[in-house]
Amino acid sequence: MSTDLCKRIIPCLDVDNGVTVKGVKFGDLRIIGDPVELAVLYEKQGADELTFLDISASRDERATLVKLVEKVAHNLSIPFTVGGGVSSLDDVKRLLASGADKVSINTSAVNKPELVEQIATACGSQCCVVAIDARKTTTNGSGSSEPRWEVLIKGGTVSAGRDAFEWAVECVERGAGEILLTSWDKDGTLDGFDLEMVRLFAERLPVPVIASGGARDAGSFIDVFTLGHADAALAASIFHDGTWTIGAIKDQLTQAGVTVRLC
Amino acid sequence: MTEVDLVDIGGGNIGSISRCLERLSIPFRNVGASKPPDGTRPLIVPGVGAFGAVMDSLSAAGLDETIRTLARAGTPCLGICIGMQILFDSSTESPGVKGLGLLKGGVVRFDAPKVPQIGWNYITSSHSDWAPGYVYFVNSYYAQPAVEDHVLYRSNYAGPFCAAVQHANITGFQFHPEKSSTFGHNLIERWVRSVN
Repeated sequence: MSTDLCKRIIPCLDVDNGVTVKGVKFGDLRIIGDPVELAVLYEKQGADELTFLDISASRDERATLVKLVEKVAHNLSIPFTVGGGVSSLDDVKRLLASGADKVSINTSAVNKPELVEQIATACGSQCCVVAIDARKTTTNGSGSSEPRWEVLIKGGTVSAGRDAFEWAVECVERGAGEILLTSWDKDGTLDGFDLEMVRLFAERLPVPVIASGGARDAGSFIDVFTLGHADAALAASIFHDGTWTIGAIKDQLTQAGVTVRLC
Repeated sequence: MTEVDLVDIGGGNIGSISRCLERLSIPFRNVGASKPPDGTRPLIVPGVGAFGAVMDSLSAAGLDETIRTLARAGTPCLGICIGMQILFDSSTESPGVKGLGLLKGGVVRFDAPKVPQIGWNYITSSHSDWAPGYVYFVNSYYAQPAVEDHVLYRSNYAGPFCAAVQHANITGFQFHPEKSSTFGHNLIERWVRSVN
């Protein structure tokens, strides 16, 4: 019987034009076009939360996101976060009013840090997630021997020229309720989470840190919780391609002594 | 099933609780300043934000006195999240602000490395007919009931805390049952059935 807060497992769904989830295989089932079906399936599997990332190219396509959020809200009974292309307080309010529990901001926060405060003040820190894409850097501006990571924006294509940890601290001071920390180096590699980076952030920040990028198998999750001290871990492909169910990962985590919510 | 009244003071988790009631086929109507509750239906009091802000909104709508009077007259009342905290006398979050005072005790801040508590925690009850389970919390503060018997569920976050209360017609859930999957929805349904 557990008495600590559970470590959370968060599947991430990429959404394009409000409807499409690309390349999702689910055992024998192949779901394309309806992220809601997939979301419901993940909830049944034991997902603790879901994140929807809008990868639509245009503003018009993003408008369809609101309809999707409404539909998701009516079909899910666990919390979910929506991110991607969120650039103003109005965007945030619209998504929350449509039923999202939290909204994540990334590039727009770097370009306009006061947006974090605006969201926290108007809607509460609990719904303000700042997503940080971070890449390990050899630059050592401070002269210390500590490893450093730099912030990337615009989908990881551009360096913001900022230290990722310092940026995370600023976000928390401005009112961010959670930090979604994605490793640019590990993302898509199936090489395991960036434990060194996750541990630095998770141990020093006074808000939950969601680790993202590199999940390969149950062992990756055991490592990111026991060694990286992450509060939650996010992954996409290992769930979408059907090699691991959330339940199977949670079984392994339980055996490794990690507290997770069992259904 | 009995129709319930959902106190709508704007913002907060009103949307997610509405959707939860819809999914459970529990009929409800929104009550507020323009349509105050009249005690003919059980009352759900949601709330997200600061203790003082929620009390301010209630009193601005003239609802604090209405809810207090109805609850004291026996109308079943369920407070959720801050809605549970304001059932008590006061909170260190908003010094000097009086709560509804329907339950004796105060509300204090977690002394933990990460505040707020965000995520799923395990709740247990000393009442054998209330099953343990996992529920979703988002809270920096928690209630300390003066009367031990009023504690319905307990949990642990850097120490034990009160996760739910029940005394006579007054019930409170600190967690978000509407976001706590099947287990949480069952708790809402059970409450509605119990006040039928």
